[in-house]
Amino acid sequence: MLGIFDILLFHATIQAVTPILLAAWAGLICQRAGVFTIAQEGLMLGAAFSAVAGSWFIGDAFAGVAVAVVVGVVLSAILAAGGVWFKGDTIVIGIGINLLADGLTIFLLRQLFDIQGVFQDPRLQGLTPLRIPGIADIPVIGPIVSGQTWITYLAWVLVVVISVFLFRTSWGLRLRGVGEQPEAAETLGVSVRRYRTAAVLASGALCGLAGAQLSLGSVTLFSEGMSAGRGWIAVVAVMLGQAHPAGVLGASVLFGLADAIGLRMQGLGLPNQLTDAAPYVVTLIALALAVRRRKTA
Amino acid sequence: MTVAAPRRWFQWVLSPVPLSIVVGLVLGAITMAVTGNDPVEVYTEIVRGALVGPNLIYTIGWSAPLVGMTMAVALPLRGGLVNLGGDGQLVLGGLVSVIVALNMPGPGIVKLIAALIAGIMAGGLYAMLAAWGEVRWRVPMLISTLLLNYPAKNFASYLVNFPMRDPANGMPESHMVEVGARLPGIPGTPLSSSVLLMVIAVVAIILFDRRTVAGYELRMRGLNARFAGYGGVNLDRQALLIMFSGGAMAGLVGASIVLGEQFRFTDYALVSPNYTWTGLMAALLANGEPLSAAIAAVFFAALQIGGFGMERATSIPRELTSVLQAIIILLLASRAGLRRRLRLGV
Repeated sequence: MLGIFDILLFHATIQAVTPILLAAWAGLICQRAGVFTIAQEGLMLGAAFSAVAGSWFIGDAFAGVAVAVVVGVVLSAILAAGGVWFKGDTIVIGIGINLLADGLTIFLLRQLFDIQGVFQDPRLQGLTPLRIPGIADIPVIGPIVSGQTWITYLAWVLVVVISVFLFRTSWGLRLRGVGEQPEAAETLGVSVRRYRTAAVLASGALCGLAGAQLSLGSVTLFSEGMSAGRGWIAVVAVMLGQAHPAGVLGASVLFGLADAIGLRMQGLGLPNQLTDAAPYVVTLIALALAVRRRKTA
Repeated sequence: MTVAAPRRWFQWVLSPVPLSIVVGLVLGAITMAVTGNDPVEVYTEIVRGALVGPNLIYTIGWSAPLVGMTMAVALPLRGGLVNLGGDGQLVLGGLVSVIVALNMPGPGIVKLIAALIAGIMAGGLYAMLAAWGEVRWRVPMLISTLLLNYPAKNFASYLVNFPMRDPANGMPESHMVEVGARLPGIPGTPLSSSVLLMVIAVVAIILFDRRTVAGYELRMRGLNARFAGYGGVNLDRQALLIMFSGGAMAGLVGASIVLGEQFRFTDYALVSPNYTWTGLMAALLANGEPLSAAIAAVFFAALQIGGFGMERATSIPRELTSVLQAIIILLLASRAGLRRRLRLGV
């Protein structure tokens, strides 16, 4: 049983955590600005497709990531317009964006590639894992930390960046003010609408990176519905972490670990239909336990 | 008090739902024109594919599960509760009804009725689990219903791939349900009698909504849950019961598809047509009001069946129709907010 926990497992965990973590940062920023978003799933899916399309037609993985980020921002602009400017229900708009991304990616997969299901081609450029000199040679830590994509490293660096931004800069303070006391912020001359719009668009860019990592980082292909609930897990990670960077990081790692252990159990002969459910079950249990603890505390 | 002015046709057209549909169709037309297609031709093909000749029967057949899944969302939505767990409830309903129909002793009709009831119960109880999670543990139902889809789908997939699999078949499918335990067809049509079951269910839900105390209490909850609670409604009990009813509708849809059309449980067969999410959109479009939601569901069914016709006649993939649906919902959600803002004068 202990054979499950080895170096490769932790390497796989870090890989599995990346898209969840980036989508969770997206949710965290929106939450702090007072916008409850559930659009991460659709933004990630749209970005995953755009990354593959961009990489394919331009012939460069980095260009694919750039296209994914642009598409993430454009899709999130729907949420900004509908939710922030017209004050529509962000939950309904989030559902709408998720469904739009689902339909649009399948539609475009057929229009652009004439393919249904999965697009995969050896000529498709994916992101290459980076070997970090110095760290790569350290035993145990080297094989775990080195050999990830730059998006993964960025996702982890963002823990610090977002913490500093939120709690050590005046923009971060205003953003939190807009989320916690919008009327007060408005009175002090901070444009609630502008801060919220910026937060939503930033979340689009983060989900763009998450999607690119899914389709060009972990694997190099696009399959219909490949975000597979990760956006929703990210929504839960923000709830569990109470929109605090360290807490959100912890929750995301927990789910990534569940994901990686599930994959490993599959390697041990358990049918994948059962192991694939692991992250969702862990998420639900964690949610129930966390809320109970908070209530009794 | 002011006397309501007679509603003019343009007021109706400018009200949110029709306007969203019209703008959505116009945006769709622009998309078609950009991709080098003639919008008039495409829409003609959609209408022809949905309504002309035998296609009308297909639209009716496709409407039945869609209307059912719409009700599964619309009932809780009427009380302000969001049920995103339709897929899980649908799959469990279908799975359990096949298990019962295959294993229960006795004559066919007994098996059929037991299987239908078991499917309804399975969907209902699974949805109630999410409601219990919110009532007892404060786990938000928006999240739990969605996440519960995955274990249900995976569990069904496992069963039908391994223990329940019909080894004589290349596909991951269960054994066939015996002829006597199937839902009969409607004579003279290719339709299953599940269409009639759905009509009965919808009429019952409309009557519940308009004519019963419980329906009134549910609508009060949707308008203002605290007010309803203050007025003496047991909100926890109501949440459990209404989620059970929603899930039961999904379970009924699952049971009637496997007992009335496919006669076996096939992996992915219940979720791949996307009944759940189309139903969700129809329910949102109508804001949970059952009659309008049913009409919206039939409209979407026609759009989708028309999409098949369009795909045959032109080179456009039929997924264009799901894009159109999503655009309509996004417009409506934003526009409803716009109207609210204007009314409140914020």
